[in-house]
Amino acid sequence: MDTVDLISVAASTLRLGTPLILAALAGLFSERAGVIDIGLEGKLLGAAFAAAAIASVTGSPWAALAGAMLTSIALALLHGYAAITLNGNQVVSGMALNILISGLTPTLATAWFNQGGQTPPLVESQRFGAVALPFADDLAGVPVFGPIYSGLLSGQNLLVYLAFLVVPAAAWLLFATRFGLRLRAVGENPHAVDAAGLSVAGLRYRAIIITGALAGIGGAYLSIAQGAGFARDMTAGRGYLALAALIFGRWRPAPTLLACLLFAFADAAQLRLQGVSLPVLGVIPVQFVQALPYILTVILLAGVGGTARAPKAIGIPFVKSR
Amino acid sequence: MTPRRPLPAPVEYALIPLVNLLASLVVAAGVLALIGADPLDALGSMAEGAVGSAEAWGYTLYYATNFILTGLAVALPFHAGLFNIGGEGQATMGGLGVALVCLGFGGYSLWLVLPLAIAAAMLCGAAWAAVPAWLQARRGSHLVITTIMFNFLAAALMTYLLVDVLRVPGNGSPETRVFDPSAFLPPMDALLGLLGVPFPSTPLNISLLLALMIALLFWVLVWHTRWGYEIRAVGHSPDAARYAGISISRVILASVMLGGALAGLVAVNEVMGVHHRLFLGFSNGYGFVGIAVALMGRNHPLGIVLAAVLFGALYQGGTELAFDHPEITREIVVVVEGLVILFCGAFENAFRGPIEALFGRTGAKPA
Repeated sequence: MDTVDLISVAASTLRLGTPLILAALAGLFSERAGVIDIGLEGKLLGAAFAAAAIASVTGSPWAALAGAMLTSIALALLHGYAAITLNGNQVVSGMALNILISGLTPTLATAWFNQGGQTPPLVESQRFGAVALPFADDLAGVPVFGPIYSGLLSGQNLLVYLAFLVVPAAAWLLFATRFGLRLRAVGENPHAVDAAGLSVAGLRYRAIIITGALAGIGGAYLSIAQGAGFARDMTAGRGYLALAALIFGRWRPAPTLLACLLFAFADAAQLRLQGVSLPVLGVIPVQFVQALPYILTVILLAGVGGTARAPKAIGIPFVKSR
Repeated sequence: MTPRRPLPAPVEYALIPLVNLLASLVVAAGVLALIGADPLDALGSMAEGAVGSAEAWGYTLYYATNFILTGLAVALPFHAGLFNIGGEGQATMGGLGVALVCLGFGGYSLWLVLPLAIAAAMLCGAAWAAVPAWLQARRGSHLVITTIMFNFLAAALMTYLLVDVLRVPGNGSPETRVFDPSAFLPPMDALLGLLGVPFPSTPLNISLLLALMIALLFWVLVWHTRWGYEIRAVGHSPDAARYAGISISRVILASVMLGGALAGLVAVNEVMGVHHRLFLGFSNGYGFVGIAVALMGRNHPLGIVLAAVLFGALYQGGTELAFDHPEITREIVVVVEGLVILFCGAFENAFRGPIEALFGRTGAKPA
């Protein structure tokens, strides 16, 4: 593997990592506030469909992004209603939304676009495109820094840059603001927050709206930035991978980011390894290579067990003590 | 939690699930209206397709057989407070077990092949559930995520096996050869014919009887054995169970693996009873339907059997519906499935409050 290969794998790691990062940060807000979010998968898928549908009808990627975020927020609120207002089972609620969306999206796509459960392919102007950073071409010749700057850092999709900006923003919001302190408190000890005179439900709903918005961007990225249209079940388990990354990252932004990049690297590597003959192992059947991210998920979750401490009140409905 | 007096059994086990089902169907009707179909017309088409003839009933009960098994596969771990989403992968691996037995023992008597196939299906399903179960029990790894991952892994493994190992040379599609007819399960019409009852030829086979027997055993196991008591104790209060000397990790391992074994039995119906060969994707989402069936049946075998028949009717009716109305796809059934899980599981308290008020059962327990 030479430098060009390395940079191309690194670049596809960033591309493949973006939806994971957005989804994992989305989950971070919900779970830090004490609400389990198995439904990231459904939010990504719903948002991906909404974005592709709106982009193909209106032609505006920005309208599509807004629509995707609103769709995902609506799903998040539905989950919130079950989890926060009705004190229902949060895992069941998330799973219900995942299954509902996996059925609803092809149903609507078939009825509206009549292309076998897909949306029409999008043209360049209906999508988010690559952004060239300043002087990318001029600096390409500079040793070491040049290829990295022009081949890896520059020319990524607008939403990729956005995802990497969201990481410090989320860290700041959660760990450096009063809102963040309260949000984390509500996930650790809601009774204390309640005793301090704050609304537990209000804080959790606000957290869940942020979750919906971020997952919405992640879904839109899949269908109108990385891809050019919606295909059924196009999320392929990314919502669950993001959740695993969040757990492996111990519900902290920076380690979660690294975990997402690790998954994305495994995904980028599997694309490279298909059909390649390795020393000792020979050619690994393509099915096993493709399963690499899923295997990695199980291994990481196995390693983290027992040592990761989840937010204390996660999954427990808050019932005001009298 | 607000202390509650229990509602009368018919309300708890019939009225509340029916109200939840009704709510799901109303929303599904809204979806149909949204895509420009006439909901009442669609419902009529579904009902006709699902229960309008003896043949329709045959298909409905054939699907129901799968759903009884996957429903029980979800319900058993649920009694221990665990959520097994891996029915899909466990059923897939059960298929491998059944196929290997049927291919290896073709020509022998069904009396030998059937017990072996059942054992192989359960063993493979349990084995596929074993790693997630062990990780949950020993490492605290999230069972929902690991079982989902094992669904993806089962699909990958099965694709590899069918494309590269078990495929008949020269056959383009990834499937095994058709089994020896001695390894076919008798269809229900043949069985009923022996009794002099005419019944059209449908995929319905004697697996239905197997599923019903398993449902009965499930009831005995969960409510009438010490082991079932341990499962329910862990589900109600892990701390109390641990204090009482129950090994929680053993209960997790056993309940999830037995759940996997039950899901594996889907293959007996599908692979041995209907298709007589192993092919890609025979599990067809049945594992996920089990979640809805278990929640709607309130994790009780009787409820699960009834909910399974209902979902069997939905599946069969949905197929007919998609056939009659090209603008509606089969995925509308998945929509209903998701809605049922939402209303019966996540929103179960939405209608409970008003219904409890109606029966005057809210508020503090009388001293």
